Amino acid sequence: MVRTALTLPPARYEYGADEFVFVEIDRAMSLEANFKAMTITEALRARAPEGVLDICPSNASYLIRVNPDRVHPGELVEELRALEEDATELTSEQELTTRLVDVPVLYDDPWTRETLLRFRDRRQHPEGTDLEYTARVNGFSGPAQLIEALSGAPYIVTMIGFLPGLPFSYQMVPRSRQVEVPKYLRRREDTPERAFGYGGVFAVVYPVRATGGYQLLGRAPAPVFDSTGSLPDFRAGIAFPRPGDILRYRAIDRSEYDRVRAEVERGTFRYRIRDYVFRPADFLADPDGVTGELLEVLYR
Amino acid sequence: MSDHGGDRYGGCHYYGEHHGGQHGAEHHGGDYHGHGRVDGLDGPEGFDGRGDRDGGRGALVVHSAGLHTSVQDAGRDGYYAIGMPPSGALDQFSYRAANLLVGNPETAAVLEATYVGPSLEFTDERLVAVTGADVQASRNGEPVPSWQTVAVRAGDVLSFGMISAGARLYIAVTGGVDVPPYLGSRSTCTLVGLGGHEGRKLADGDRLPLGTEVVAGGPPPEGTAVAEELRPEFPAVMPLRTVVGLCSYRLSEAGMRAWLETVWQVTKDADRVGYRLRGGALEFAERAQPFGAGGEPANVVDLGYPVGSVHVPGGDEPVVLLNDAVTGGGYATVGTLVSADRDRIGQTKTGDRVSFEPVDLDQALAARRDRRVRLYRVRDAVLG
Repeated sequence: MVRTALTLPPARYEYGADEFVFVEIDRAMSLEANFKAMTITEALRARAPEGVLDICPSNASYLIRVNPDRVHPGELVEELRALEEDATELTSEQELTTRLVDVPVLYDDPWTRETLLRFRDRRQHPEGTDLEYTARVNGFSGPAQLIEALSGAPYIVTMIGFLPGLPFSYQMVPRSRQVEVPKYLRRREDTPERAFGYGGVFAVVYPVRATGGYQLLGRAPAPVFDSTGSLPDFRAGIAFPRPGDILRYRAIDRSEYDRVRAEVERGTFRYRIRDYVFRPADFLADPDGVTGELLEVLYR
Repeated sequence: MSDHGGDRYGGCHYYGEHHGGQHGAEHHGGDYHGHGRVDGLDGPEGFDGRGDRDGGRGALVVHSAGLHTSVQDAGRDGYYAIGMPPSGALDQFSYRAANLLVGNPETAAVLEATYVGPSLEFTDERLVAVTGADVQASRNGEPVPSWQTVAVRAGDVLSFGMISAGARLYIAVTGGVDVPPYLGSRSTCTLVGLGGHEGRKLADGDRLPLGTEVVAGGPPPEGTAVAEELRPEFPAVMPLRTVVGLCSYRLSEAGMRAWLETVWQVTKDADRVGYRLRGGALEFAERAQPFGAGGEPANVVDLGYPVGSVHVPGGDEPVVLLNDAVTGGGYATVGTLVSADRDRIGQTKTGDRVSFEPVDLDQALAARRDRRVRLYRVRDAVLG
């Protein structure tokens, strides 16, 4: 059996005044830190403790929203510390029942290109596009090679938030192959709905038109958020992505983009989804082997 | 607040700008006399000849909407984990007191008006109460007191003068504002344009349905008032009790001192999403950037933001995130306002001054209890 020690610093427990408890697993991003946050928050959710309103795993930390009239935040922290004791290592027996999802993305699309040129003064690189900049700072020969890397390996959703349904997505590759890029120098006042952005080590899809600071690399034809819950994939909830989902941001061409848009507008669009039992310990032991397998399952 | 996509982009993506059509200016033949005691509110759905438009129930007709008036209630719980902020009245004490004064459940939906009050016409007999900021309210042009139960009849128009202190008014009407609940709440989320009345702030000509639910025992008599000493105060420098922490390790010692010792001024970027403050600079501690945090000293690996938390995007302008804020992001948070003091910051406006006063968890919980006790005292006064 594969056993992976989660060699992480002890978690740091902080009160967000009387209504929140914030727990920092680590200051640096890693899948180990995220898996630990997920393990603890899943265990807490299973207990459904009195007075806990929201359980929000968030990359290398997690946030709990409480009603302090029903649970003393100090008592909750004691419970969380006990859960941390049980989350110091991963074994291959620990499974995450998740979904593999194909998320089509039109990289280098005309809409985000127009937006990024409009906010030239907010960027590190007034000339050229965000794709060109991201490719350059990561040592790629150009956008084509970058897109191949982004589209090649899947991402795991490590946080939902900022805006409703926005998936913070972390690529399932060793750290040496992570794409990392600074955010804009100052925020844009505008980002197209469904823009595919990149900031730090996270890929996102903007759920709605909004301000934002991530580099703009493309646009998804399918929504991640549907306030009316009318598309079939949103019947269970207005936000499609969930923490732990494994998303593949597959590069598509304009004709496929238009085809998917038409399906969305007709109300018939469905994501390609495969249920999958994911073993984080197995993945940490053999990342490329496991991602190869899950892509095979997704497109089987 | 523009930084987080506040009012500027709220609403217009899911809903048309207007569902216009119904204008308050239309003629109606109601009389304007009789501002005395309402003769019982056993029939708050009382007909005025136009009842069928509102399904036999009363409505609020918005003659002028004011600057930023929205439907709010206690807020939307249980969706923070999908990135949906709770929304809800910023000043929960004033909001709940307004409901108590008109015989509503404490968490009925009301109107929250910022800086400039609306002008509202009633279509049937109701009780109304105005709380929050200091303002002169008028019924058909005649002054009526705030923090009191006031009776109105069909055709009466409630309007407001300039706010003299504070920032937000709460207008409660018997039966509550009966817009359809969205995810369990009638609050307007200005960040993404959901809930409330068509997901947006009110516009001239809007017509809002009113409900019929009142508390057991019926509403209090006209003239019922909240004692002066229970009402919020608006000091020259508003103290904001704050639990320091979260990622406060990012501030240097000098930065921490500057944050807590500076008297800050509210900038024009101040709304339900958040308040941007000005008046000093906060120095960050030196560090090696952790993997994934992004390049700026203020950056951390993206994390969840508590409602009421304070972050410092550029190192010089602290931002207090409020009820409609984004739920997370990549800026270091350095502390969180105690929940009771979101009431206080919600009553400050552009140009007002605030300071941060460090407290611990016990003091935060005590502040919450104090607010609850003040509401009990309001309830006792209302129940007589």
